[in-house]
Amino acid sequence: MTDASLSMIDRQEAAQALFKRKRLISVAVPAVILLYLTYIFFAFDVMGLAERARLDNAMTLIRDTYSYKTHVTRANRSGEVTIAKEGERPATWPEGQSPNWVAIDGETVTIDLPRGHSVLFLPDQTAVYRHPEFGDITAKLDPSVTIDIPEDALPEWISYSRTRLDIRTEAGRLTMTRAKTEVFRYFFGWELFWFTLDSPYHGKPVWTLLFGPQIDADRSNIAGAWQDFWANPLWHHGKVAWAIGETILMAFLGTMGAALVALPLAFLAARNFTPVVVVRQLVRRVFDFVRGVDALIFTILLSRAFGPGPLTGALAILLTDTGSLGKLFSEALENVDQKQIEGVSSTGAKPLQRYRFGVIPQITPVLLSQVLYFLESNTRSATIIGAITGGGIGLMLTQAIITQKDWEEVSYYIVLIVLMVIFMDWLSGILRRRLIKGGGH
Amino acid sequence: MTDMTQGGAPLAATQDSYMAMVRQKRLYSGIAILVFVVLLVSGFRVANDRNAGGFFDGIHRIFDFPADVVGEAWEKRADLAGLLWKYLPDLIETLNIAAVATLLGAALGLVLSLLSTRGMARWPVLIPLFRRIMDVTRALPEIVVALVLIYMLGGGPIPAMIAIALHTAGALGKLYSEVNENADLKPVDGLTSVGATWSQKMLLGVMPQVAPNYLSYGLLRFEINIRASAILGFVGAGGIGYELRNSMAWGPGRFDEAAAIFILLFVTIVVVDQLSSSLRNRLSEGAKQ
Repeated sequence: MTDASLSMIDRQEAAQALFKRKRLISVAVPAVILLYLTYIFFAFDVMGLAERARLDNAMTLIRDTYSYKTHVTRANRSGEVTIAKEGERPATWPEGQSPNWVAIDGETVTIDLPRGHSVLFLPDQTAVYRHPEFGDITAKLDPSVTIDIPEDALPEWISYSRTRLDIRTEAGRLTMTRAKTEVFRYFFGWELFWFTLDSPYHGKPVWTLLFGPQIDADRSNIAGAWQDFWANPLWHHGKVAWAIGETILMAFLGTMGAALVALPLAFLAARNFTPVVVVRQLVRRVFDFVRGVDALIFTILLSRAFGPGPLTGALAILLTDTGSLGKLFSEALENVDQKQIEGVSSTGAKPLQRYRFGVIPQITPVLLSQVLYFLESNTRSATIIGAITGGGIGLMLTQAIITQKDWEEVSYYIVLIVLMVIFMDWLSGILRRRLIKGGGH
Repeated sequence: MTDMTQGGAPLAATQDSYMAMVRQKRLYSGIAILVFVVLLVSGFRVANDRNAGGFFDGIHRIFDFPADVVGEAWEKRADLAGLLWKYLPDLIETLNIAAVATLLGAALGLVLSLLSTRGMARWPVLIPLFRRIMDVTRALPEIVVALVLIYMLGGGPIPAMIAIALHTAGALGKLYSEVNENADLKPVDGLTSVGATWSQKMLLGVMPQVAPNYLSYGLLRFEINIRASAILGFVGAGGIGYELRNSMAWGPGRFDEAAAIFILLFVTIVVVDQLSSSLRNRLSEGAKQ
């Protein structure tokens, strides 16, 4: 009885101590995390973010992803008027033609904007912005920019200096500098995604392209339309497809190459296949080393030797993943069931046959599923490595972002990248289920 | 017995059909391997053609650059300790980015995973929605989000942190919801019967079961995120990657700095790898007990 009660007290004390510890942990861990986040709040200067954040940039980006703008530009010296979507050369209206919201009459140009706004380009380097509520804003180049507004105070949507006038309303935008006067009108969608203005197929419905009369004398409709679409000078669909192919290629070559290199090395690193400690430790340290030298460092080193391009990226992935896959493979090999190998060797199999029929069938499912997981995640890495080493869709994306102009292209690439990764995820999932089930019997 | 005595004919037939199956299987695997090899070789050739320098031109130059870096670092070896000290703050920034991103990403992934596991979801109708959210955040490479955010928020660690945290939320959310599916729902039922709210049920009924696995996945993510944070630094998000790019862009003359950064990065990755793997081993042993 006393024994039991004693141990009872002991247990009670132990339980109390445990409770105490748990209580301490449940307070201390959140407190430490909170403390750390506070430190980060100041270390990362979150307060300063408000100053650094460029909300206008964010607005441009969001606006560009769902809309495009058409520029109506007058060069102030020559008086020449050009109309171009996004101001791009391949998207310029031919001389003498204009969309129906622009009326050109000698030197006077009337530009209708939505919501009753309109802009007039008048002779003598003058422009008038007609705001239905605010009134007319007249701007003149004389020789610096002068303006005439119906009220005394400048509203916040007009920014004005002697060298530059910028009127931004919900209907459009007028800017005037010494060099040019420019009006932007915004439209929904991505401009000229299928065909540019110089293509004969621009603006034709799909039905006409498929079944209508031949539009271009030299080419059949479908072939011609495909050519013009593929070589679209604004969107470069062909190049983009190549870039995505390059990215997937990098991931494929890197992963498969790594698996092929890692498999034989993994035998050398597995305890049950390599009894020699020195060799085993050596191979393991090699695995650790290449895993530790990050893909970033490999990319930099290799691009010095091979120059930028997909091969460099593939080799960088190959080297890093040799370490990771080698480690995983050798762990799988150490878990191999010895009985199957004994069974195979009892039939008089030679060492190579023992590996082929006793070991490989056991580890194939693990191996394949790891390789396919890596293939999928390397598609993402290849995008990132491509941005550094200059290949694939990663490079196109960084370039498009660095120019800070074609945000609709940036969103196009982002959508494509997400689709690519989801596709590879799906594909590797399907292959995994197929191959592993198939390999099971 | 009777089967055996019925004679050799059925046996031979069985054997034949077995051999035919073996032949067919061999043929199929042969074709699969052939296709694989053709893909590999032609893929290599395409990549080689599209690369700025060819594989066979470059292979003998592969050690030139490391030799330059090591040579210069060796020449200035007296300064190396100073350089290591100089870049320590940048390394800490990179580590901080990874740590905060892992913390925030894990928290978000935890909520998303609970919301998208059958039996635990707060709004069972919305399970597919939360799953798609995880799919998309997982599919977004960090660099995409980081570059866009750098444009909007300016350079510095915050864009990188948000980018990595988003990806982490998706990746960990998926793993966590797999863990959740194996959790026992009886404690949740018990808590429901005493009128607990959803957050109480999750905190008291689910968390204790899944915490070790969550932690171990989180640690693994932290390792991955350190690498990601170094890479994002290279594209302009601050930290040690940014310094590495600067010293690389400078070229010879600052290779000693590059060498110092290489050493810092390598040592950090190896140390964190070792620490986290020993911690994870302890966690998984604790989970088994």
